[in-house]
Amino acid sequence: MPDRTILLDDRALGRTLARMATEIVERARGTDDLVLVGVQRRGVELADRLKRLIDQAEGGDVAVGKLDITLYRDDLQTIGPRPVVGETRLPDLEGTTVVIVDDVLYTGRTVRAALDECADFGRPRRILLCVLIDRGGRELPIQADIVGTTATAAPGDRVDVLVSELDGRDAVELVRQSGPAEAAR
Amino acid sequence: MTAALGKDLVGLEELSAEQLQLILDTAEPFKEVSERQIKKVPALRGKTIVNLFFEASTRTRISFEFAEKRLSADTVNVASSGSSVSKGETLVDTARNLEAMRIDMVVIRHGASGAAQFLGRRIRSNVINAGDGKHEHPTQGLLDMLTLRDKFGRIRGLKVAICGDILHSRVARSNIWGLLKLGAEVAVCGPASLLPRNVSELGVTVLPRIEDAIQWADALNVLRLQLERMQGGFLPSLREYNRVFGVTTERLARAPKDLVILHPGPMNRGVEIDSDVADGPHSVILPQVTNGVAVRMAVLYLLAGGKPDLAVRAGRGEER
Repeated sequence: MPDRTILLDDRALGRTLARMATEIVERARGTDDLVLVGVQRRGVELADRLKRLIDQAEGGDVAVGKLDITLYRDDLQTIGPRPVVGETRLPDLEGTTVVIVDDVLYTGRTVRAALDECADFGRPRRILLCVLIDRGGRELPIQADIVGTTATAAPGDRVDVLVSELDGRDAVELVRQSGPAEAAR
Repeated sequence: MTAALGKDLVGLEELSAEQLQLILDTAEPFKEVSERQIKKVPALRGKTIVNLFFEASTRTRISFEFAEKRLSADTVNVASSGSSVSKGETLVDTARNLEAMRIDMVVIRHGASGAAQFLGRRIRSNVINAGDGKHEHPTQGLLDMLTLRDKFGRIRGLKVAICGDILHSRVARSNIWGLLKLGAEVAVCGPASLLPRNVSELGVTVLPRIEDAIQWADALNVLRLQLERMQGGFLPSLREYNRVFGVTTERLARAPKDLVILHPGPMNRGVEIDSDVADGPHSVILPQVTNGVAVRMAVLYLLAGGKPDLAVRAGRGEER
């Protein structure tokens, strides 16, 4: 059996998002021309929640978009039968401050694809990266500007971000594959 | 397990309901790509596609070409006139020569039924049928289904009447097979001389009068009268055809509900369809054309896959 460790429970996740919302407004120096762009799948829900938190605090109506990076993946030629493509809905990004919101930052390849895709929707003044969890293991020179929490995960491990909209509950869990000792049992 | 397509798209007859669904669902996000300022995604970067058209085509060829270019593929168009085909080169020789130049996909339109399958079995590249004789025109069937699904929100249970020249129509065949697999009811309507013998064996109802089709259906797919294939005295005259089978405003006014009108184009206005109907509020003829690009992008994207053993990883969409 794989071994699950809870990194954030629902209350910790709520607190983390509240802090991230504050940090976004600080880093973007207000909410003018701010666009939150959620990366499919879980990033979309996280961007919506951050929007609500920012709207409550600042009394505005921050723009949100969603982005599916499948068609921009750098491994499309090798992964075989095609991954399902999700919806992309982005406003014109010309002159905006874009905050790319994703659940897990791992190799950085998703972010590379998201940056390329954003460039096809105009020239943002600035792009920030906001992730709920940074698990290390980068394969590209990419860092997040706003990080919910960090974890050190081995390449075989999985980090599951669960959101109540899709999964029925909020949590961030580290799933370690069973080691040799456990497999022997 | 997600459904995947094989190497080629020859027809809808060979596809399962899940595969049809996969193509239609995949077409959805591609609609948005054509609405962007920069109408291009890098999904097929580095792929070379040859559009091999042995029959005249404007809409289908341009639609495929837009789909290919919007996916960043490199494309070459080969028409039969002005190529070695007019010097008598065989289909397989033409294709093998193209393959020797390292191509990845062939989109073929050909006058002979079965040409796409024939080619697909003989070359390594993916082959997409863009119409073969009287056999199938699968991407047209798919775009008709996508348009119906947009309009009604579903295909299951829809009543679709295909009207006109069923005998010569590859569009009719692709529609019949596709729609039946996704749970629609299908009827065909046209003069007896333009219905294939034993057409009801395909699982469709035959409605002899256009008035019956209008009473029965939720949507009419009005086919083009294929004047170029009509040397055999199938019809007394075009005026006669319009009088008996034309889809006119007057006839539609007697329908119990508003019918959605499809036509694969090019239209013979005043023959199978009146201008008022073609340009009317219930016509989805131009949305069909828009959807054509999205459907073809979906097919190209799905067929251009790599190694199947890595499918599971891709299907999971795992974090990266």
